[in-house]
Amino acid sequence: MMLETMLALFAPVIAQLGLGVDAWSLILIVGTVIVYFVVAIATHVTDTDEFYVADRSIPAIVNGAAVAADWMSAASFISLAGLVSFLGYDGTIYLMGWTGGYVVLALLIAPYLRKYGKYTIPDFIGDRYYSDTARGVAALATLFVSLTYIAGQMRGVGIVLSRFLGLDITIGIIVALGLVALIGVIGGMEAITWTQAIQYTVLILAFLIVTAAISLDLTGNPFPQMALVTSDIGARLTQLQADIQMGRYIVPFREYSQLQVFAIALTLMIGTAGLPHVIMRFYTVPSASDARRSAGYALFFISLLYLSAPVLAIFAKFNLIQTLNGESVSTAQNIPWVERWSQTGLLTINDKNGDGVIQMTQSLTSEASEVFIDPDIIVLATPEVAGLAPIVIGLVAAGGLAAALSTADGLLIAMSSAVSHDIYYKIFNEEASQRKRLLVARIVILAAAVVAAYLGINPPGFVAEVVAIAFGLAAASLFPPILLGIFDRRMNREGAITGLLVGLIFTLVMVVLMRANVVLGFEEPLLDSFLGLGALGIGLYGSILNFAVALIISRFTPAPPDDVIELVEEIRYPRGSREAIAADGGSETTSDD
Amino acid sequence: MSAGKAKASNQTSETSESDSTPTQSDLKEYWRRNLKLIAGLFVIWFIVSFLFGIILAEPLSNVYIGNIPVPFWFAQQGSIIVFVILIFVYARQMNKLDREFGVED
Repeated sequence: MMLETMLALFAPVIAQLGLGVDAWSLILIVGTVIVYFVVAIATHVTDTDEFYVADRSIPAIVNGAAVAADWMSAASFISLAGLVSFLGYDGTIYLMGWTGGYVVLALLIAPYLRKYGKYTIPDFIGDRYYSDTARGVAALATLFVSLTYIAGQMRGVGIVLSRFLGLDITIGIIVALGLVALIGVIGGMEAITWTQAIQYTVLILAFLIVTAAISLDLTGNPFPQMALVTSDIGARLTQLQADIQMGRYIVPFREYSQLQVFAIALTLMIGTAGLPHVIMRFYTVPSASDARRSAGYALFFISLLYLSAPVLAIFAKFNLIQTLNGESVSTAQNIPWVERWSQTGLLTINDKNGDGVIQMTQSLTSEASEVFIDPDIIVLATPEVAGLAPIVIGLVAAGGLAAALSTADGLLIAMSSAVSHDIYYKIFNEEASQRKRLLVARIVILAAAVVAAYLGINPPGFVAEVVAIAFGLAAASLFPPILLGIFDRRMNREGAITGLLVGLIFTLVMVVLMRANVVLGFEEPLLDSFLGLGALGIGLYGSILNFAVALIISRFTPAPPDDVIELVEEIRYPRGSREAIAADGGSETTSDD
Repeated sequence: MSAGKAKASNQTSETSESDSTPTQSDLKEYWRRNLKLIAGLFVIWFIVSFLFGIILAEPLSNVYIGNIPVPFWFAQQGSIIVFVILIFVYARQMNKLDREFGVED
């Protein structure tokens, strides 16, 4: 309904203007970027409370939208449907894994951290474990996780800008990061929150319009979320795939073993609950009960995309195979979207047997197939494959960019607060004035952007895969000490720090060994898997190790001091979360231990 | 935060006489019920995601909902819908519990 009205509204406009894909992409990308800037300037901040936690004034529902945008990265927007499309049933690791964590977050973490109510995750860990070492280690873990994560975002930005604006990927990344960093520098968390809420709107509209249009086209039902159950598209694709030896789409555990699917999904879930840039967003709402509700809104907003993605995955694959398989190579190469994506190198047609006709087989990324398609382009190319209006395609470009920018922004501020607040102010210079701290925070945002740009230009692999490794690191490092800090009164400094270090180092070493071909430039990975798990799921073992080490060590070392036990008691009850904030932003009085 | 105790319905036996601060045993009971609620919701969380979507993926592959197998639906959509509901249920139940014990914010 909404879609038809929208199309009806837009159709004459488009016809009148006669603009093509490139023009619409340019208009929508530039237009949305200007809006983000106006918001940033309108909300420019002047003190640390505003800069780090947006003055704790963000309504639960707005924070929900901001969390959703923060959360749904280029990986979700650009790569998710593509990955699911390739993985079939096993795509559940991302669908389930990237949503189920919000239950963990809402029930086990968000309200308590909000009640605690300072600025950052290392703040909590430092206070709860009465130790600057703990604070420093947590800050380093934050930096580590966020850097890994942002590397994935930048590739998404590069793909969007190079394909839709014709920019060189390197220049695209530099321009985009410059924009993101400026928004953060001017407006801190406050500007980032509001721009993220707008970016959520842009990205979800783009995603839903595209999916609905294709759904209408293929199934006659404009509600893609329903189409999976009500239409026979799943069965049709399964048949189509079976015909060309691509394996049956709805059959589980073709790509990963059952154990791996289980472990990866669980790792992604607990990783979600340990991601600093996501958790710190819950400091920005007015109260602990708002934090719970806000997590609900966040997942609701996220689910709008996540319930559509598996359907889009099926549609996209169906369309691709149907359009290309059996088509003559020369005709295919003249299809405009094939031509454009070929230029980016993300789609290749190679007539291996020289018969002039395309044969697709096994998978879209296999050597045997005559078509190679990078999973990252599925969502971006699908509207064109389905022949949608240029404005919709432009909207998808703006949506993809919004997804990447909003997440990058959240990550930059997470890194900035870890360095400027936790390391610089709390550990090295407690005397620093408000002005000086703001200055440092802003400089760190710029520095982080430079590092992120470097990682974006020299990308370490698939967007979603890089991101997924960040989850393993978060699950194995930050999640256990946060959870134990709330639920285990007896957990002490010695246990938490050792656990965190063991979990982080174990996971890091494993990932490097398993990705030695990408990370260290070896021919082959040095290690294939460990106890049945590969790089994506290894965070689960890291996390278990972290918990085990922490629990054991803590029982053999002195109990935490009384005031820490009081803190643990205190954060369990929401009462007072509105006013009882240790205001180390407004004045210069507070210091811990 | 004001008049929080007024609604201490089934807690009357344990609640204290003073009307604004909950006693230690009240707080203990509050925390115990919070944990119970969390545990219950996590059981559902596990059933819809890991049990239906992964553990039973093969045994249930011939049971259909609409046009797709039930485990496939839970793995790709059903679990997500339940997750959203779980959080809102938790938020609602906890608000009730907060008021009952006078610890709301």
